[in-house]
Amino acid sequence: MKRIFIREEFCIGCRLCEIHCLVAHSSSKDIIKVFKKEKPRPISRIIVEQKGYNSFSLQCRHCDKPYCLEACMSGALYRDEKSGAILQDKEKCVGCWMCIMVCPYGVIKREINNKKVSSKCDLCIDREIPICVERCPNQALILKEV
Amino acid sequence: MHRYDKENDEVVSQEEACVGCHRCVTLCPTNALTVHKNQLQFKSHGNWTDWAIRNIYKQAETGGVLLTGMGNDRPYPIYWDHLLLNASQVTNPSIDPLREPMELRTYLGRKPERLELDLGREVLSLKENIPPQLKLETPILFSAMSYGAISYNACEALARAAEILGIYYNTGEGGLHPNLYKYGKNTIVQVASGRFGVHKEYLDVAAAIEIKIGQGAKPGIGGHLPGEKVTDEISKTRMIPKGTDALSPAPQHDIYSIEDLRMLIFALKEATRYRKPVSVKIAAVHNSAAIASGIVRAGADIIAIDGFRGGTGAAPMVIRDNVGIPIEFALASIDQRLRDEGIRHQASIVVAGGFRNSADIFKAIALGADAVYIGTAALIAMGCHMCQKCYTGKCNWGIATQDPYLTKRLNPDIAVERLVNLINAWSHEIKEMLGGMGINAIESLRGNRLALRGIGLTDTELNILGVLPAGR
Repeated sequence: MKRIFIREEFCIGCRLCEIHCLVAHSSSKDIIKVFKKEKPRPISRIIVEQKGYNSFSLQCRHCDKPYCLEACMSGALYRDEKSGAILQDKEKCVGCWMCIMVCPYGVIKREINNKKVSSKCDLCIDREIPICVERCPNQALILKEV
Repeated sequence: MHRYDKENDEVVSQEEACVGCHRCVTLCPTNALTVHKNQLQFKSHGNWTDWAIRNIYKQAETGGVLLTGMGNDRPYPIYWDHLLLNASQVTNPSIDPLREPMELRTYLGRKPERLELDLGREVLSLKENIPPQLKLETPILFSAMSYGAISYNACEALARAAEILGIYYNTGEGGLHPNLYKYGKNTIVQVASGRFGVHKEYLDVAAAIEIKIGQGAKPGIGGHLPGEKVTDEISKTRMIPKGTDALSPAPQHDIYSIEDLRMLIFALKEATRYRKPVSVKIAAVHNSAAIASGIVRAGADIIAIDGFRGGTGAAPMVIRDNVGIPIEFALASIDQRLRDEGIRHQASIVVAGGFRNSADIFKAIALGADAVYIGTAALIAMGCHMCQKCYTGKCNWGIATQDPYLTKRLNPDIAVERLVNLINAWSHEIKEMLGGMGINAIESLRGNRLALRGIGLTDTELNILGVLPAGR
């Protein structure tokens, strides 16, 4: 199982992870089109927290004991057997947002216009390396086997 | 520099503050940014250039000395570009370094007068003890850059890269952070005029000790680390109070003659029980050859010479741009002088000051150097874009700064990889050039000026360099 590890000592707060996450999860996958044309603009599944010179980017930890999965009454959240990632079946989501309430890291967000579906990191399940890890200019995010 | 204007919903840049560091250009995800030179010109004048006029404005405003960073940027001749290399054709076969072994290993230190073998024993052995040597896998070292002038992350990257490469880095006059003691066998520690961070352990963990008399960027001038850069860690490492200016005096106050230098060299040798070579670093100045001869006679095992292109974290511009001589001339005249006096074997020569590529290094070795210090090139490998603003302490690449916002921009893991790549690439190129000449060891190139020919040089210049003109 691979997980994203944060090295806050090297996070420079540039927020490129947010930008690339948002583009990778958009319909056009084109950075210019996403920002100029896609309405509503998709939201990033990664959050950069910053206070003073300390900063780090945080995304779903894909917990061993996921509160969100326990709280999901419709069964929209599930664990992917192969990768161990917590994924979401958008069809099943009813928009109760309990996952948002229970997430201890605050990394699940609602999608702005689609009131039903919440948005969370899917570990870029189709890519070999998650886009945030790949594009971090300072290797502040690394993918490691756990 | 860049700021978001909420009212107009646009990003505004404050052009006059741009130093051309290219940080924004490099990070912009859409490649939308570029940096152009401001087209605004003063009326063209051969003598009163933009540069001359602007400097007067600055000084008229501030009444101060103009400061600058990095090495001399004035358009003086670069003699490396006037030297051409030889290659084998027909009569002496060239060697393919990918198929045959090539030796770049270099030993720095005093060599014995002669080698005498003890034939009496079963196993051949030397009669005399070889003085302490530094073993380099490739004839390149990282120049002295102090913790203070550069960030901790940059120091760590240099140390780790030196260990991987089997070469050395130099602490400069910044002391040695205890976390870096573990790289001691790849560390040359400096003892300079301020004696910052010099203590028993500092000398003990190092592989060699360097006495710094002068620096190519500012010969005859001391150092000045502003108080705001003296953070907690730096104050502990340098052994000075936090927040105070770290002033290195211009001279070493206990050295006023070659005899005084000899006392310090032997004090350091004594303190380290004659187990470590002692180097003396000087800036290349007009009478370097005579000085170098004195330094060797004073007992130095290595002489480091820093040419006028040598870099710095901060120096008065007038000094950086006008004092010193090109390293090519200094090297050629020192090597020749030491040979003429029959003392060349007593010390290795390491040269520094603006080495840009493997060809410069190769030519330096052919001119007589044993190895080359690279500083600026190493910083560029780590990300430096040569904006020459090191003296402001606001290095955007996290190298020449202590600002916690900026230092974290340099991830040592990435920097180490890039430094290792650079030195490996240059080593490959050096092997290719050696192979082309039909020689398989850097030792056969050392001081072999017949491998060089000059182009576009006057007779006097050729004479000083000791090389023939191209075609001869």
